[in-house]
Amino acid sequence: MRQLIEAAMALDWRPLWISLKTGVLATAVCFVLGILAAWRVMYCRGKRRSILDAVLTLPMVLPPTVAGFFLLLFFSRRRPLGIFLFDHFGIKIVQSQAGCVIAAAVIAFPLMYRSARAAFEQVDINLLYAGRTLGMTDPEIFFKVILPCARPGITSGTVLAFARAIGEYGATSMLAGNIPGKTATISQRIAMVIQDQDYITAGVWVTVMLVIALIVLAAIGHISQGRDAGRGEQLWK
Amino acid sequence: MEMKASFRISAGDFSLQAQMDTADRRNGILGASGCGKSMTLKALAGILTPDEGRIELGGRILFDSSAGINVPARERGIGYLFQNYALFPNMTTEQNIGAGLRGSKKEIRAQVETIMERLRLTELSGRFPSQMSGGQQQRVALARILVRKPEVILLDEPFSALDAFMQDAMQQELMEILSEYDGITVMVSHDRDILYRFSEKLFVMGKGCFLRAGTVKEIFADPVYKEAAVLTGCKNIGRAVRRDDHTMEAVSWGVTLHTSYILPAQFSHIGYRAHDFVPVYGARGENCIRFAQYEKAELPFEVNYYVAPERVEWKRGEMLSWFVQREDWPLLREKGVPDHLQFQEDKILFLREGL
Repeated sequence: MRQLIEAAMALDWRPLWISLKTGVLATAVCFVLGILAAWRVMYCRGKRRSILDAVLTLPMVLPPTVAGFFLLLFFSRRRPLGIFLFDHFGIKIVQSQAGCVIAAAVIAFPLMYRSARAAFEQVDINLLYAGRTLGMTDPEIFFKVILPCARPGITSGTVLAFARAIGEYGATSMLAGNIPGKTATISQRIAMVIQDQDYITAGVWVTVMLVIALIVLAAIGHISQGRDAGRGEQLWK
Repeated sequence: MEMKASFRISAGDFSLQAQMDTADRRNGILGASGCGKSMTLKALAGILTPDEGRIELGGRILFDSSAGINVPARERGIGYLFQNYALFPNMTTEQNIGAGLRGSKKEIRAQVETIMERLRLTELSGRFPSQMSGGQQQRVALARILVRKPEVILLDEPFSALDAFMQDAMQQELMEILSEYDGITVMVSHDRDILYRFSEKLFVMGKGCFLRAGTVKEIFADPVYKEAAVLTGCKNIGRAVRRDDHTMEAVSWGVTLHTSYILPAQFSHIGYRAHDFVPVYGARGENCIRFAQYEKAELPFEVNYYVAPERVEWKRGEMLSWFVQREDWPLLREKGVPDHLQFQEDKILFLREGL
């Protein structure tokens, strides 16, 4: 125990900030894109819908390293997109913090997207129609009616996406690498110190991750409780 | 004001051909479930887009496929009362009513308050839909429509979500609220009683098509089509063959009927309302059917008999219904069931199959 505390005191805390920053930014990206994508897919029918749905869910079922491989192909500075980004905007994705965020966002995206879609599917389509016949524009209906009605599902999707983003390892290590103080997130740090047989430092980081996980669980519990409260009678308490 | 609509919509293997012209204030569309009634309303409101056709309201073209005109729902000035009311669950009564209004906060507030007062909703202004009864929700939904002063109000099965007791009270209330409304209303229902009470003009729908249009009285007196007769509540419909100008054979019921008037030239079926039979005791008169193999159903305020047709073979579903008129009750109590039931020639409906 004392060893743990001593190790914690002497620790380089930068991986925590990198992880938190990555988690928050990736979640923000997922939040916006996930909701937009879910709403868009709701308007599609038939084959187009299934294809779009499959593509958007893919990162969840692929091994993260495979997703990372594709991202690397995509953003490599020897490939068109990577060249374009670097030449025109001076943006480097590979081996950078932007890479961390992109990798985490891609992996966490399906969680947000699927939660949002499930939440939208629960909303009565007649609310949209009613809004239109009442003279409201579609964006107005979306923000004033649909989104508030879907809020519980979207909030839990956000929390899940954050949890997934903050712990991302596979795709991040491929796209962003493991550069101390720059792209080394907590998960990558743990893997690295274990390789060095430094179980004490690993223990400190594991504790930090556990605390974050507990906070996330508490948040989910809090949200679902709030949701049930709105539903009236509760059978099990 | 006048509304003229003629359009076609296909959805999967269902296709709807709508034809609806009216200048009357109160209109009813009577049709079985799944015939395309709601679809018609949705197309009028601009929620669904027809494949082709034209919708015109008071000289304004709302939809014209050949001219590429399709006025969006929010600009049509048509209110829609949804079957489940579609109130916004995250908004209070007041917010729901004001949701689609434009203008300053003060103006909106004034309009909302006026309508809430008129529909006795002021006390419910802070309630959410989940905190109100079905009847109250319907009043809020109506207020939300009326506050926008639409030119047309569409009512989609307005009473189907209410229990029988509430239905009656709400019908009364709806009539009262709409009596002050001078635009066009169109109510869709499968319930002939509600529409009989509500409509000036009635449209009868078959599967995916409009069969008839006319005043309520006209249509109930002469439905013309077999499907329309069923919807107006005619219980006995059977195949019939014309023999000569005064004779026909009611094939399904195994009897030959004579009329003093000349029979219409073309009909494939005849209909006879269950209330219109006359009980006959003793000798068989003209246009009678033997009262045999009967079943009885006693309801609180009526007695129904089901009589077998005079054919050798018949199936249970082919029995004739006789709903005993109240003035015949003492007679039946005294003399028991009659020996025959007589058709009154002027009550026979001549029908053909629609499409």
